[in-house]
Amino acid sequence: MSPVYLTLTSTAPGATDLGFLLHKHPEKAQRFEVSAGVAHVFYPEATDERCTVALLLEVDPVSLVRGRRHGGDAFALGQYVNDRPYAATSMLAVALAKVFRTAMGGRCDARPELVDQPLPLDVRVPVVPTSGGPDLVRELFAPLGWTVTASPLPLDETIPTWGDSRYVDLRLTGTMRLADALTHLYVLLPVLDSAKHYWVSTDEVDKLVRAAGDWLPTHPARELITQRYLAHQRDLVTTAAARLSEVDEVPVEDAPEERPRPLVALRRQAVLDALRAAGAARVVDLGCGEGALLRELVAHPEFTEVLGVDVSARALEVAERRLGLDRMPDSQRARLRLLQSSLTYRDERLEGYDAVVLMEVVEHLDPERLPALESTVFMHARPRTVIVTTPNVEHNVRFEGLAAGAMRHRDHRFEWTRAEFAAWAGGVGERTGYTAAFLPVGEDDPEVGPPTQMAVFTRLEGATA
Amino acid sequence: MTDLHIPELSLVVLVGASGSGKSTFAREHFAPYETISSDVCRGLVAGDENDQSATKDAFEVLHFIAGKRLAAGRLTVVDATSVQHQARKALVELARAHDVLPVAIVLDLPESVSLARNAERADRDFGAHVVKRQKDQLRRSLRGLTKEGFRAVHVLTSVEEVEAASIVRDKLLNDRRDEHGPFDVIGDVHGCRAELEALLDRLGYVVVRDDDGRPVDASHPDGRRAVFVGDLVDRGPDSPGVLRLVMGMVGRGHALCVPGNHENKLVRALDGRHVQVSHGLEETLAQLESETPEFRAEVRAFCDGLVAHLVLDDGRLVVAHAGLKEAYHGRASGRVRSFALYGDSTGETDEFGLPVRYPWANDYRGRAMVLYGHTPTPDLEWVNNTLCLDTGVVFGGRLSALRYPEKETVQVDAERVWYEPVKPLHAPAGDGSRARADDQLDVTDVLGRRVVETAHHGRVTINEENAAGALEVMSRFALHPRWLPYLPPTMAPPATSTRADLLEHPDEAFAAFTAVGVHDLVCEEKHMGSRGVVLVCRSDAVAAERFGATDGETGAAWTRTGRSFFDRATTESFLAGLRGAVGAAGLWDELTSDWVLLDTEILPWSAKAGDLLRDQYAAVGTAARHGLPAAAAGLETAVARGIDVGDLLARTRARSANADGFTAAYRRYCWPTDGLDGIAVAPFQVLATQGRTHHERDHLWHLAIADRLVAAAPGLVRETRRLRVDTHDPASVAAGVEWWESLTAAGGEGMVVKPLANLTRAERGLVQPGIKVRGREYLRIIYGPDYTEPAHLARLRDRNLGHKRSLALREYALGLESLERLARGEPLWRVHEPVFAVLALESERVDPRL
Repeated sequence: MSPVYLTLTSTAPGATDLGFLLHKHPEKAQRFEVSAGVAHVFYPEATDERCTVALLLEVDPVSLVRGRRHGGDAFALGQYVNDRPYAATSMLAVALAKVFRTAMGGRCDARPELVDQPLPLDVRVPVVPTSGGPDLVRELFAPLGWTVTASPLPLDETIPTWGDSRYVDLRLTGTMRLADALTHLYVLLPVLDSAKHYWVSTDEVDKLVRAAGDWLPTHPARELITQRYLAHQRDLVTTAAARLSEVDEVPVEDAPEERPRPLVALRRQAVLDALRAAGAARVVDLGCGEGALLRELVAHPEFTEVLGVDVSARALEVAERRLGLDRMPDSQRARLRLLQSSLTYRDERLEGYDAVVLMEVVEHLDPERLPALESTVFMHARPRTVIVTTPNVEHNVRFEGLAAGAMRHRDHRFEWTRAEFAAWAGGVGERTGYTAAFLPVGEDDPEVGPPTQMAVFTRLEGATA
Repeated sequence: MTDLHIPELSLVVLVGASGSGKSTFAREHFAPYETISSDVCRGLVAGDENDQSATKDAFEVLHFIAGKRLAAGRLTVVDATSVQHQARKALVELARAHDVLPVAIVLDLPESVSLARNAERADRDFGAHVVKRQKDQLRRSLRGLTKEGFRAVHVLTSVEEVEAASIVRDKLLNDRRDEHGPFDVIGDVHGCRAELEALLDRLGYVVVRDDDGRPVDASHPDGRRAVFVGDLVDRGPDSPGVLRLVMGMVGRGHALCVPGNHENKLVRALDGRHVQVSHGLEETLAQLESETPEFRAEVRAFCDGLVAHLVLDDGRLVVAHAGLKEAYHGRASGRVRSFALYGDSTGETDEFGLPVRYPWANDYRGRAMVLYGHTPTPDLEWVNNTLCLDTGVVFGGRLSALRYPEKETVQVDAERVWYEPVKPLHAPAGDGSRARADDQLDVTDVLGRRVVETAHHGRVTINEENAAGALEVMSRFALHPRWLPYLPPTMAPPATSTRADLLEHPDEAFAAFTAVGVHDLVCEEKHMGSRGVVLVCRSDAVAAERFGATDGETGAAWTRTGRSFFDRATTESFLAGLRGAVGAAGLWDELTSDWVLLDTEILPWSAKAGDLLRDQYAAVGTAARHGLPAAAAGLETAVARGIDVGDLLARTRARSANADGFTAAYRRYCWPTDGLDGIAVAPFQVLATQGRTHHERDHLWHLAIADRLVAAAPGLVRETRRLRVDTHDPASVAAGVEWWESLTAAGGEGMVVKPLANLTRAERGLVQPGIKVRGREYLRIIYGPDYTEPAHLARLRDRNLGHKRSLALREYALGLESLERLARGEPLWRVHEPVFAVLALESERVDPRL
């Protein structure tokens, strides 16, 4: 078993009162069984001037692997060698809540007057994983009245080129009620990590409301905290937002304020428009992923046959679930088919359709594979219409937060300028007997062009590949 | 006895009224499963053989089963009355759909016989009028049976005739499977007699001439036989001379011949039928004018008697003029003949007005080699184990032959252009962006549950979900399949050590080999890098020719999952370094190959696994190194003031030391690289070279080659240290253990123990090609920093190795299979099949720490 460590120090006069508040005697070491292992509570210091309680969680690695059924892959090496035994994560939060439950709930039967007394506190957590760096740590804790010191830890001091790790050595100082300090840690440590070790259920909503009902509604990062805490479970977030608003009596906006339509929606609309303009009824969505475009295609009866194709069997499973294939009415269901295939291989099942859509697909292929795509789509499947969308790299300078020269997605193998796209499309058309028309998707910036570029290929009648 | 002849592969339709004895006849003359009875099918679908309401469903079942049998090439007998035209028509169509010959055997017995037999059976309660009606229908049918499409019709009219009948199964005319060659298969001659004589001479045939000096036969001193792919005639200067020679050779058993479309048309012209005299037929007819009528009759008989395709050498070789797709091999029907003569056409015509031929060979997945002609091509090019031998001699090209089974080509140039082609023979080649026909893989080559036949480990099954996973990896991350003729197998560790503080120790590896009778072993240092397979070609031309490279690539270097190690530019400079070493070591000549496929380790690990090292190992290290000392400090203060946390402090300190050990272990795998700077490669096995594999050669041979590469390029190529161990000799075993101890004490990863002889079989099958014995410190980065704590070790000892071992063997066999297919020059899809299977097996759920 390996330890995760946290200390909390009070420098209030009569500092050892901390023992009463925590229901843990300063002169004793105690151990508690918790789900992740064993939690030890002891006091490295206990004087009237200064009293420090330490929580040391010895994580049982076996329990970690056992927890694998909640996401994660037991057959990946990461299950066995990971930072969970050392870093302050949701496991520490859970242990904190279990060991100091009464204190966190603001009860102290022996000395009830202590509960509401703000104490000068100093919290240290030597290894805190963050998705968002020291800035996020400050963003989360500072609004609650803490003075935050978050020092990033280097990944490996002997290999400076690797830079900082995702861990910070966290120190919080401030004067506040102990119960509040504990709930801050309980809620925000997992939020920082954003990788919960257990499955998020509706219970979590209750826990969040119970723990953070006092301060979360007014926290400027409320949305991020709720979303991360509930691990991006959409409907749970909605429930939690609604219930928090009950506590807070701030109405939840039914319709979010008018924001520009996100690019993904614009892109889907552009593809649908292009398909309609081409009069395509039988459509293949090649690289359909989790089915965002398929949903729209089956919603429109003019698309009489929709084939969703992806190379990832997992993506297709998700698509099947998201589209609710098993609950879809027969008439709609009959128009939709999903199948796994790959552009590297020829596939007869893709032949005989009116149109093939390659929406944000080509940039995920190594350039060496583009001839295979050309052969599979333009020479063998050979539909009347082929629609290709891909990022316009010139537009990248308009994206805030995208480093210069960086691509929009980790898996993009390239991003084309408008000229590069046109050159590729022109070459394909010439070799295979198609003409290409180019259309912008999103705002067509006079200088750098639209964020997404689209080519609509039309087969030349009588041409052979 | 009366012999009833039927083709060995046919659909036999028994025709006769109820009670005429069809079932008894079928039972006596055919094997039990060869006959499908409509009564039985009624029983299957309705539970009652006489339930006439089930007739429609029963016949659907009957047709379905018959179809399956015929598709598999099995003779099938249909036992139903079949007295109605409609019923027989459906069966004739079924036979045609599977390109087998339909045969009718009619039991036309007197009505009294049927009535008497039916009366004996309690379940046949239908009246005499039914039998009478069937007899009437039968009688009306008799004359038209041949016209209906039945190739043979046998009618038995009495009980005696039925009893005397015996079935004789005749081989199909195209079935020459018992002819094993060796053959010399010769492309389209088109009347070019002089070139044919020259070619036969070059092939070693001795030409025999008649008194007029005309060649009338040719024979080979070694008994080889020529096989002509047809189109002997038309366009060229001496079609009669070619015919005289070939007819002589065929007549004396020195040659076989299939007809071409030109012979087919010649026959019709000689018969006086109306044909368009074009495409060179006019020359032939003119030349034949000066021959005798007898000769013309002989020619007509010869050409007319040719069988459209031949299946030779146990089905391993198929010859047809225009090629033949697999489903038609050994079949007989109009469309099979038409395919063999004219090929597959898309129905379109090209810019020269010639029919656009469908490239059936691109889709060909059969095991038989198919040799053909028909379409003149400037160069011979194998496509999926098929080869077109028409190199346009009559158009001024060459006359080509292929020696079978050697697969050597022999060619002679045309003396001149004898006939101007409509379409230039040297049509402009593609623009290079298109892959070779062979490179086109089909998704059905890999998807779904598959069974791969391996030479060394039998059938290896790939589950559908594993294939699905591999499809994604292969498509999104791996190199193009043409660059991936091999993926290395996973390797099993030894049985868990019984020593208190270790999980792995050489003793168990030595014992495992000793247990299967393998004593002569070699221990090879386990490099601290990643497994890498490297294909080095001597030049970009070789890479283009042999592996379909484009853009001047000269090879590839890839990981266990088929990813390229480096970007394209770095790959090329890496290959240039290795190419220099191979050349300097004199290996191109010694291995008589222009390319070499090497099994290697590429270092450092951080070059490939930088993300893993940073995100996983370094992260764990830093978290542990900062958290543990902080906790220890707190515990120390507490202990100092008398709190009872001494045990916890001791544990925390021990863990802190483990974390340091863990950090030290992963740091050994990291060193900075910049492009090729800092990269090293340690080859340890030559996997394949042109035309051969090397897994039968012992490891000392392989390591000697590796050493020569090291000597040639000491900066780039790194030595694999090794030690030979003889398990008969305790001192040798002790030296092996000591060597491992010293390797791992110096921070090494460990060693791999292999049978010295390389590929080894024992009584119970294939022996593991290697067992990895990993060092105690290295295993921290696999099992976690604290795995050496006694409580952990106790738990970890219980590791299940069976699945890993089995996986290692299956992947090994698949790897050997792909190498052997590569060496035999098999088409890409055949090489890709076992490679893809290795990748699929890698997604099986096995403890990744093993």
